Amino acid sequence: MPAPIDIRYFAWLRERIGTGHEAVETDAATVADLIDELKTRSDAHAFALSDLTVVRAAVDQALVPLDTSLTGAREVALFPPMTGG
Amino acid sequence: MEPATDPVRVQQDPFDPGAEVNAFTARVAGAGAGAGAVVSFLGLTRDTADGDLDAMVIEHFPGMTETALATIRQDAVTRFALHDALVIHRYGRLVPPEPIMMVATAARHRADAFAAAEFLMDYLKSRAPFWKQEITARGASWVAARDADEDALKRW
Repeated sequence: MPAPIDIRYFAWLRERIGTGHEAVETDAATVADLIDELKTRSDAHAFALSDLTVVRAAVDQALVPLDTSLTGAREVALFPPMTGG
Repeated sequence: MEPATDPVRVQQDPFDPGAEVNAFTARVAGAGAGAGAVVSFLGLTRDTADGDLDAMVIEHFPGMTETALATIRQDAVTRFALHDALVIHRYGRLVPPEPIMMVATAARHRADAFAAAEFLMDYLKSRAPFWKQEITARGASWVAARDADEDALKRW
């Protein structure tokens, strides 16, 4: 099996999925492919990740587009558009 | 208590805006007399339109937040030839009108200092991993990002 990737969730994505962290074993090639896999884990995942226009991603703590490759990735964070300031 | 000297700070504790501006100005002056302008911006916890905000709770992504803010600050320093820049952002539970965050910039002339402060604000609104939640008697609701915040980045 491939090495597990740590998945982090924040804000309402964390609330809807019901956890802030989970480890998954995946062969997904990109962040978008990983999201498709995560959506099959539970109804809560499917609901939380149903609208990708309000999902942002960071791979190993760098903000990236959803079509980014997961080669070498250790951690993927998924969260809503940021509201700092 | 003297303010800390780190140019990027992510903290739960309150900060003293006046003391921060004074300390920042002293650091800039101590590095030489080339800077002619210091601009500071202070963001406050804003009440709802109905005036019923009990608190604002700010979540962040420890680790990534510090890295993102340091990158945004360095981009501003390079782009506007700043002598120095300061970014402080709080997280956790804040009650209106407590200060949430501040930036300060120092440049040779005021145009760069003002522009750099705007640049820092635009980027840390949409590119630093913070999420605001408003708590009222009606419950908790996440603040939605505005398209205008994303659009604001296009001017840079």
